[in-house]
Amino acid sequence: MINTKDRNFRIGAGSTLVMLLIILIGLIWTPYDPNAMNASEKMAAPGLRHPLGTDNFGRDIFSRVVQGAGATFLIALCSVAIGLLVGLLVGGLTGYYGGWIDEILMRLNDSITAFPSLLLALVLIAVFHTGKYNIILALGIIFIPTFARIVRMEVARQKSLDYVANAKLMGVKSMRILFVHIMPNILPVLLSTVAIGFNNAVLAEASMSYLGLGVQPPDPSLGRMLNEAQAYLSRAPWYALSVGLAIILLVLGFGLLSEGLGGEDRA
Amino acid sequence: MDQIKNVLEVEKLSVVYQDRSLFGKRTSFQALTDVSFEVRRGEILGLVGESGCGKSTLSKAILGMLDTAEVSGEIRHFTPRPQMVFQDPFGSLNPSKTVGWILEEPLRVYGKYDAPERKRCVLDMLERVGLERSYAKSRPGELSGGQRQRVSIAAALIRRPRFIIADEPVSALDVTIQAQILDLLWDLHRELNLSYLFISHDLNVVYSICDRVMVMDKGRIIEQGPIEEVYDHPREEYTRKLLNAVQF
Repeated sequence: MINTKDRNFRIGAGSTLVMLLIILIGLIWTPYDPNAMNASEKMAAPGLRHPLGTDNFGRDIFSRVVQGAGATFLIALCSVAIGLLVGLLVGGLTGYYGGWIDEILMRLNDSITAFPSLLLALVLIAVFHTGKYNIILALGIIFIPTFARIVRMEVARQKSLDYVANAKLMGVKSMRILFVHIMPNILPVLLSTVAIGFNNAVLAEASMSYLGLGVQPPDPSLGRMLNEAQAYLSRAPWYALSVGLAIILLVLGFGLLSEGLGGEDRA
Repeated sequence: MDQIKNVLEVEKLSVVYQDRSLFGKRTSFQALTDVSFEVRRGEILGLVGESGCGKSTLSKAILGMLDTAEVSGEIRHFTPRPQMVFQDPFGSLNPSKTVGWILEEPLRVYGKYDAPERKRCVLDMLERVGLERSYAKSRPGELSGGQRQRVSIAAALIRRPRFIIADEPVSALDVTIQAQILDLLWDLHRELNLSYLFISHDLNVVYSICDRVMVMDKGRIIEQGPIEEVYDHPREEYTRKLLNAVQF
């Protein structure tokens, strides 16, 4: 059992590292300008000049996938970060203090969870308008309740342990107890939640951009490109396939990583 | 400071736990009833009783750690910052911090010492409780139960309190380690002129360290007196029952 988890963790870490490396290189250098059009090379099949072929405007798909994966990765990372930070704050305060803070914040939390997440994202985008930063904000808001709930539960559990009673007895202020004494102890539990959340964020960004609500053309993102590729599925199947493959690699990598991390927690 | 006769006086202390269920039905549980006693300066006062009789509630009430219960009666402390040594040395130390950090925290919060002074205090205290200085860098998870209990004692003592409540401090430990920790508590009591309220369900342990003893049953103190007197001539039926259950 431990071997499978270990193996999953290694494969996940490997796949994530490879993707991360490609994305990082893509920030500085891509074989072609991702947005440069070339009328003479429309819909070129994968070959030596273009490893993954070109799209309907003659743009190099490999360069676009690398940049698009970067955009998707950044959006996922930022929205998980927003969800995590606000979740830590909300979950920490509600779990530690309880009472009316708990009632107000958790009912707010409940009302966010009450909507299907994609629908809520659509509503938020309708309010904020489309765009990269607005999608980060919308997805971030959607991720808050999950993190808040887990943090709240963990903080409430830790609060009853003697080391907290001890800290109170020694005159440590409650904010310091919450953030300095308790928080470090709940981070290991959050690790696998972060990995799962990141996965959901990648998929959510892809869905939103696919619907045309996220990253706007001509900038590439994996969801955006999947949308464009759809029209040429029969003429240029490599387009959709290479974009889909990039999504799978990102998600699979983090999925296995989170599984491995979760396994470590239980062991 | 040295003129005081008692370090703690408790008068007619009662504690009621209130629980309100979903439909507003209230259930209450009287954990302590009219508890009165004093801890004299420089003595070790034992508190014995079966588990669930209210011993831990009493220790928490004395240190104002009961947030949700109804506490009535009077508690008078005559020493500043009384501290507590907890039963479970696994739960009472923060697992993500080093021993040095844990011991330094009360001084950091107090704010009157600079970093080198705090370091020196921590290392002195480690030596005082019989741990090598190098343990300052370990985390609680790397220590044995006895070592952890030494760390909790050090943490309780770092700001030099005069009165310590020890709530079953050796109950979670092996018998040989128990003896070592009891020796340590005894030495510290002599060297630092500490007073203890020593809570235990183990009558042997209480006999070996306490000057006086109180017997608690169902939230009431039913008998108290010098240890020899209570153990040799128990007045209450319940005390006799407790003593008969133990082999001396």
